Amino acid sequence: MKQIFLLCTLSLGLCFLQSSCTDLPSSNEIFTDNFDRKAMLIDWADLIIIPSFDKYYEALLTLDEQEEEFKLNNSETNFNNLKGAYLDAYISWQKVSMFDIGKAEEIGLRNFTNIYPTNVEAIENNITEKSYNLALPSNFVAQGFPALDYLLYGIGSTENEIRTKLAEQNYQIYLTELVDRLLSLTDQVRNDWKHRYRDVFVNSDGSSATDSVDKMVNDFLYYYEKFLRAGKIGIPAGIFSGNTMANSSEAPYSKIHSKQLFLAGLQATKDFFSGTGINQDYIGESIASYLQNRMEETEGPDLAQEILNQWNIVEGLTADLSNTFVDQINTDNTKMLAIYDELQKATIIMKVDMMQALNIQVDYVDADGD
Amino acid sequence: MPMETNVGSHINSYLLKETKTASLAVFRILFGLLMAFSMLRFWLKGWIEEIYLVPKFHFHYTGFEFIQVPGQWTYALFALCGLSALSVAFGWKYRIAIVTFFLSFLYIELMDKTTYLNHYYLVSILSFMLIFLPAHANYSLDAKNNPKLQADKIPKWMVDSLKFMIAIVYVYAGLAKFNHDWMFEALPLAIWLPTKVSLPFLGQLMHESWMHYIFSWGGAFYDTFIVFFLLYRPTRIYAFMMVVIFHVLTALLFPIGLFPYLMIASSLLFFSTDRHEIWLNKLWDFLGQSSSVFARNQFFVPYSIYRFSGFILVAFLSFQLIFPFRHLLYTDNVYWTEQGYRFSWRVMLMEKTAYANFKVVSKKTGKRFYVQNQDFLTPLQEKQMSTQPDFILEYAKYLGAHFTGQGHEELEIYVESYASLNGRRNQKYISNEVNLLEVDYRELCQKHLTPLNAQ
Repeated sequence: MKQIFLLCTLSLGLCFLQSSCTDLPSSNEIFTDNFDRKAMLIDWADLIIIPSFDKYYEALLTLDEQEEEFKLNNSETNFNNLKGAYLDAYISWQKVSMFDIGKAEEIGLRNFTNIYPTNVEAIENNITEKSYNLALPSNFVAQGFPALDYLLYGIGSTENEIRTKLAEQNYQIYLTELVDRLLSLTDQVRNDWKHRYRDVFVNSDGSSATDSVDKMVNDFLYYYEKFLRAGKIGIPAGIFSGNTMANSSEAPYSKIHSKQLFLAGLQATKDFFSGTGINQDYIGESIASYLQNRMEETEGPDLAQEILNQWNIVEGLTADLSNTFVDQINTDNTKMLAIYDELQKATIIMKVDMMQALNIQVDYVDADGD
Repeated sequence: MPMETNVGSHINSYLLKETKTASLAVFRILFGLLMAFSMLRFWLKGWIEEIYLVPKFHFHYTGFEFIQVPGQWTYALFALCGLSALSVAFGWKYRIAIVTFFLSFLYIELMDKTTYLNHYYLVSILSFMLIFLPAHANYSLDAKNNPKLQADKIPKWMVDSLKFMIAIVYVYAGLAKFNHDWMFEALPLAIWLPTKVSLPFLGQLMHESWMHYIFSWGGAFYDTFIVFFLLYRPTRIYAFMMVVIFHVLTALLFPIGLFPYLMIASSLLFFSTDRHEIWLNKLWDFLGQSSSVFARNQFFVPYSIYRFSGFILVAFLSFQLIFPFRHLLYTDNVYWTEQGYRFSWRVMLMEKTAYANFKVVSKKTGKRFYVQNQDFLTPLQEKQMSTQPDFILEYAKYLGAHFTGQGHEELEIYVESYASLNGRRNQKYISNEVNLLEVDYRELCQKHLTPLNAQ
């Protein structure tokens, strides 16, 4: 009797200490769940995330070169090349925006890259004052692609005027600084993935809220809701304000690129969800295959297919849209609203059914339950 | 009427039964220490800030809207609560301490119902009962300092009242598990367990369907019957081992804080009070104190509030017996509507995910827009809000006041809400056609809550 009590007390004490001081032991051994979470993490990292950052980085290098060329000679050709490189880089950015994890999260890559609407006053101020600190949160709105959009398309009323003005020294310095900053931030993230974070990411294959799968799925959902659904469509279409806000659409100075940028974001969403490699040539493990695995085990509905169908509907609807969201919103906003509604349907399936099927908490909160 | 006399004399002789004070003292010490630790843990984890100070808006229990978060004083409130728990453990100024603990703990719980947990409710109940029990009569600083207080024997019903409360918790939690989802679908465990692969030893088996059924059926039978095995002397020690194993397992599997330890401590009440006395004497020896300062053969004479303990506890326990059945007053599934869900020992019974999107319409201008919930709620609040009708309604009213304050006129607020219960497909939760500013809770549940589709 005594020994039993002693044993109970002892084991109890150990458990108590363990569970109150630390989290569950995150085991280093790999247990075989019947879905291989680690394989999924490896596919995410090696097939999608790292190659996408590589591609984005290369696009930024080209942008940097074109910007150097333009500095030497602000010819019309060079200006057009510069704008082309800007668009390529902006599109490549859409493929990495959702990976706000690891170094990207740490340095706030997305905040420094694509917060819009940009603030013209802040940009002009920085250019004239010459003393500014782009690392400050107050300067999120004065840098990145939205600021480039303004410099390349918004600082004059004609193309020639812009080209001439941009060649002025103070504008040129700012332009260089913006491009260099994108390049150096991205380089940090890409290097960290290659030399350190990739292994951390794939080895954290448990199921706690701080492990990679839970974090990445939450990041993915956050991107989808906030940046794709609300940022590119909902907010400019007036969903959250009651008035349309055409100038809050993405790249409002160049105008013509907004639809293309949205479609790039949607494609990135689909690819990540379905595990499609960057060259569309390989399908790896993914949220979709994880869901299908759960579906087979529980004989539940095919959520993955439902979600993908929803995005195909969205893609179909964009065929009718003007390339320029500013025009679309000002002439016939109902088409934007229709797209929002379809994006929203996928939000509900993902946030309610998908998260439950995968047993991942939405925006996990560290608190007790019962 | 011989029958009646017989019952009457049984009751009389039961009321006269005595027992040692020791088990109450052990319970007082463990309860106090656990609660003090729990307050400290809450503080150190930053939850005071995160749960009470960060949110702009708090969800209230009906009738307790006046309970407000006292800003930075919340830290003082937690300190008060923790220190009074410590004071309870030591039995130092016990009567003031336990009342202070009960009131401060209750106040904390009433500040925001987002954090409602059955085990916090249990803590409130136990501390309320302790107000009426002389747990400081022996083995306490009070008793040491004031020998007149000392009593090593108390009426047996006093200890039994606590056991009875623990029995209600277990048995009711068990009975609630005898439902279709839990027994025949092994839900929600079949959703939760497959991801627990990192659990030592059992990890590999966690995706096996038969494991989910073992856990479900085991849990249901454990909860329903464990108390009876604790009560029966020959099985007691084995039942206690089960208690330890069961609660340690749940502690490893789920983030349920200190609840398992509270239940383990409570189950010690079922051991004979003589055994408790031996433990306490050893503890005093270990502390280098003499336990001989405490009373021997001194019966507790009720004084002050303790003269009413019997009536109050009988009334209270009767209420506790009936209150959890109030869901029978409502028609639809209690897990779906959540009418009668709280305060009735429904633990671990469902996995519910939901999404609620609010639309604000100004009738005057025809302007309409959607609300970004992150602007007003923390993730925890949003999660709780979207799954429970009373939260949805309270939040809608808050939004109404907020946007009216911004100058919008003749507002209407609608919700598009979808919920999924235990792996069922999402379905519409609350009608999107009802202006939430115009209904009360009862009406909302009766008329505008979509019934759960049986699958």
